[in-house]
Amino acid sequence: MIKPTTPIKAESRNLNFFYNGGNHALKSVSMPLYENKITALIGPSGCGKSTFLRCFNRMHDLYPGNKYQGEIVMHPDNTNILEQGVDPIEVRMRISMVFQKPNPFPKSIYENVAYGLRVRGENNKRMLDDKVEEALKGAALWNEAKDRLQDLAFNLSGGQQQRLCIARALATDPEIMLFDEPTSALDPIATANIEELMSELKQKLTILVVTHNMQQAARVSDYTAYMYLGELMEYDDTNTIFTRPSRKETEDYITGKFG
Amino acid sequence: MQSEHIFKQYDAELEAVRAKVLEMGALVEQQIVDALEALINANPKLAKTVIKKDHLVNALEVQVDEDCSHIIARRQPTAGDLRMVLMMIKTITDLERIGDEATKIARFALKTYETDRAWSPRFAEIKAMANLTRDMLHMALDAFARSEVTQVLEIAHMDEEVDAQYQMTIRQLITFMLEDPRTITMALEVLFMSKAIERIGDHAKNISEYVVYMVKGKDVRHISMEKMEQETALD
Repeated sequence: MIKPTTPIKAESRNLNFFYNGGNHALKSVSMPLYENKITALIGPSGCGKSTFLRCFNRMHDLYPGNKYQGEIVMHPDNTNILEQGVDPIEVRMRISMVFQKPNPFPKSIYENVAYGLRVRGENNKRMLDDKVEEALKGAALWNEAKDRLQDLAFNLSGGQQQRLCIARALATDPEIMLFDEPTSALDPIATANIEELMSELKQKLTILVVTHNMQQAARVSDYTAYMYLGELMEYDDTNTIFTRPSRKETEDYITGKFG
Repeated sequence: MQSEHIFKQYDAELEAVRAKVLEMGALVEQQIVDALEALINANPKLAKTVIKKDHLVNALEVQVDEDCSHIIARRQPTAGDLRMVLMMIKTITDLERIGDEATKIARFALKTYETDRAWSPRFAEIKAMANLTRDMLHMALDAFARSEVTQVLEIAHMDEEVDAQYQMTIRQLITFMLEDPRTITMALEVLFMSKAIERIGDHAKNISEYVVYMVKGKDVRHISMEKMEQETALD
């Protein structure tokens, strides 16, 4: 059961989202993200879980005609990150994202990690060195990368590239990290490394992860949300969802009886 | 739990194990009936059959255990499926023990009629108690087969009745032993057998509680009768 005392890091309140063209992709979704916890979003393709995740770093702003309704409030400062006056760049500093396929920049390992800091205007070499090392250590990549920091990032393996992307996301000290299917392009060992890393990262930040792999949600998350057709069907702690979900729809989906 | 999995083979696997658990249940039930029949009607041949057939119960336990571990390893069952697999793993342990208790009764039946005894016990009270526990097992297995929890409360009440009868039997046996020390050997044997019957009731009650967990996801072990009444109420 959910302990009412767990602090909330961010929450969506009656969040609706319309894609350009009118597709009503999220229907009044209200959901908390508990601090230093991992929340997993599961549901069939097209249920709105990635759409929901992307609202958190205003990614939908990149395409014209998309429309948000409702709020995503970050605590403790109570900022509604969807509000007009809020700078999306500022939001992305606080809420960073890791994608399905590793997408390092065509630069060196070092420059990939330093990128976010340089965008911020940080040019002090020693400062950058320290931050890069810290982020690579945080992403469990330092030992493998420390002797080849100037190598092109593409020379790393898939799993290493994904950890590099996590290091890049970590470098700006985000409060929340979003993972959109972070391991679907990786082999089981690299997947286990990323999952282990996620549970270490949650000591420092709050994580929201979208996954198609139900066992992954069961393994890594503290809370699980099941979405279907743009609606939040059920939200509970992960143990409850995977042993005795309260809705039949959730039960059918997680036991593989869907459809 | 009625609807089917997308992966039909998974349904077939779950159904196959479920059928084996029910088969084991039916076999164990028959073992109790036969053991009691052997005891009450002085049928040593039947008693020997019961003892001989215990290995079939054990073999089913091993099979179901193995099937369940395969399902866990290969399917990673969740929610209702997971609860059913866990329930079956626990149920067969209780069934196997009931099988052992039936064997104990059969052994006792052999002893009673094969040797020349100074004193022969009356089995009327024991028979009533034994029938009650057999009914409990039947109802528990029925609840499992139908995925229904309506009879569970009744099984719990029956278990209280069995316990009361067991206490009564003990008091009776003590009286016999005090009256005539020559009855002590036999009285102790009857006592052990009564204990075996009483244990069958406990195991049947356990199985009925696992059914509640399987169907409703609620753990009703070690709770008061009032609480159980609430938990097993229809939604």
